[in-house]
Amino acid sequence: MYGFGLAKGLMVTLKNFIRPPFTIQYPEERIPQHPRFRGEEFAWYEERCTGCASCAKYCPLGIIKIVTSEGGRSPQEGGHYDIDVFDIDIGRCMFCGLCVEACPYDALFMGSGFERGRYERQDLVITVDELREAVKKPSTWFRPQLEDSGYDPHKDSALDWRAVGREKWEWHQREKAGARIKFRPARVGDKTQEGDGEARS
Amino acid sequence: MTPFLQENVVFREVYCFLGGNEGNASWCGGDGLLPGGFEWAAYFAAGFVIMFILVNAALLGAAVFVWSERRLLARFQARRGPNRWGPWGIFQPIADLLKLIIKEDIVPNAADRLAFTLVPIIMLMALLLSLAVMPFARNTYLVNLNVGILYIIAVSSMSTIAIFMAGWSSANKYAMFGAMRGVAMLISYEIPLVLSLVGVVLIVGSMSLVSVVEAQTVPFLLVQPLGALVFMLGISAELNRTPFDILEAESEIIAGYHTEYSGIKFALIQAAEMAGVLAASGFLATIFMGGWSGPFWSGQLGAFWFLVKLAGFVMLFIWIRATFPRLRIDQIMAFAWKFLLPLALINFLVTAVQVYFFGFYQGDVPGELTRNELWIMAAINIPVALIAIGIFGRFSREKVRVPEPVFQNIAPSPRTMEVD
Repeated sequence: MYGFGLAKGLMVTLKNFIRPPFTIQYPEERIPQHPRFRGEEFAWYEERCTGCASCAKYCPLGIIKIVTSEGGRSPQEGGHYDIDVFDIDIGRCMFCGLCVEACPYDALFMGSGFERGRYERQDLVITVDELREAVKKPSTWFRPQLEDSGYDPHKDSALDWRAVGREKWEWHQREKAGARIKFRPARVGDKTQEGDGEARS
Repeated sequence: MTPFLQENVVFREVYCFLGGNEGNASWCGGDGLLPGGFEWAAYFAAGFVIMFILVNAALLGAAVFVWSERRLLARFQARRGPNRWGPWGIFQPIADLLKLIIKEDIVPNAADRLAFTLVPIIMLMALLLSLAVMPFARNTYLVNLNVGILYIIAVSSMSTIAIFMAGWSSANKYAMFGAMRGVAMLISYEIPLVLSLVGVVLIVGSMSLVSVVEAQTVPFLLVQPLGALVFMLGISAELNRTPFDILEAESEIIAGYHTEYSGIKFALIQAAEMAGVLAASGFLATIFMGGWSGPFWSGQLGAFWFLVKLAGFVMLFIWIRATFPRLRIDQIMAFAWKFLLPLALINFLVTAVQVYFFGFYQGDVPGELTRNELWIMAAINIPVALIAIGIFGRFSREKVRVPEPVFQNIAPSPRTMEVD
């Protein structure tokens, strides 16, 4: 019948008319973000940072600037360098996350924010003071240990530096006390069980 | 004073309040404010009040329509539409208007200045003039012309001239393209549009819109389904709404005939277009849905019933706009000449035969068709409409010849493909 296609088309738009709108009213409501979202304002734990500047070396854009000075104690005594400058020029950052991958001490994490509109380019530089004062809600990107405990940066509160490492805080305590570790998490290359370890290595 | 002005509620109230029984206005209750000899002032004031209401209602209606169209179109596309300023974004057209007013009013160097400036005025004038005969409620109209339907068609055709003036005076090739397309299309659609109303005129026996409403004991949408369909599609083309908006096709010819318009001129053209939809819906409601008459309290709630019907047709226009893509010029022409014109002629023929047999013109005095006769006509006309649409839909199918395949041994030989 002539005109049947027209009626079908009208029904399609009518179906859409009844459907609730897809629009998300941004300032009032947000899309739920994934916990592995790589966002701005990095979560940096000064207590874990040794000032090795691995992040700065691995940054493909060279936008991380670290200046360290010797702290009061020597590294052999458990002291570390003081970090005087830790500038991340987020205006040029491409959020690849290589700095986080490079950090050997789990001191640097991606953030989960995305609202950093500024009028000046220099306002886009995240300084060390800003990193110190920030509420630290690390993204779980490249840090699966955070996901093991079911942590979600968009829902849960800020994490303490003791809680973000690959090992449990108790492990560190015992390590510091010089205790022999009976059990530690299996890693690649470990020979905990014969055969199995070889197969992995 | 002419009698139709006495019937007009607004006119009578204002005139009697000011002028009263002075002069020969014996139909007023008592004395008015003005002393004797100033009836002309009362007459003038009453006329001014009506003009003021009509013009502002049309422009405000256009604003409300712009808002509702944007909201509804958005909803048809699963969006939200403007919702920032005011509740549900209802002040959005005011923001639009402010923006357009403070924009620079550009007239191109090569433009024909006079014609260019006249275009928005003519477009708006055509619209406002056509509103003069529209009965909004019982005894609420400016004029009850005995040639109302003819008058509407004549006046609304003036926008074609305005469109061509816009295209010509802009000295812009895209504007000219749009205007040429527009003139070709609009003139073609005039014919089925006029013919679709002939059936109504035959049934009613008068061209006055008031008598059309009064004769509608059964909505003419049922009695004249073909006429209503053809009128609806024809007026949709006259309004340059989306399936027929080749004269301002954004993806082809920038903005068509109003490419060069900006600022307040553009706002007026837009207002005329938008209010044109309202006027068309109003005429559809008046001619085919019974105007101010409703299920109850037609006298008191007449304006309400009218607005409900008008809103329904506006919704239908927006729905159509949200659904259908733009047609090509040849498709549009084929639609007018191969489909709408035969349907309008069939409608005319069938109605004429019916009216003849129901004895409407037996004797010299035209009577009125009774309710039962109208129902019988509806029962005949609806199947006729379906059959006619089926037949002429098949006839007006476009044959597209598929180009001959290069490798004859692989693909089948030349064939024709039927395209709806």
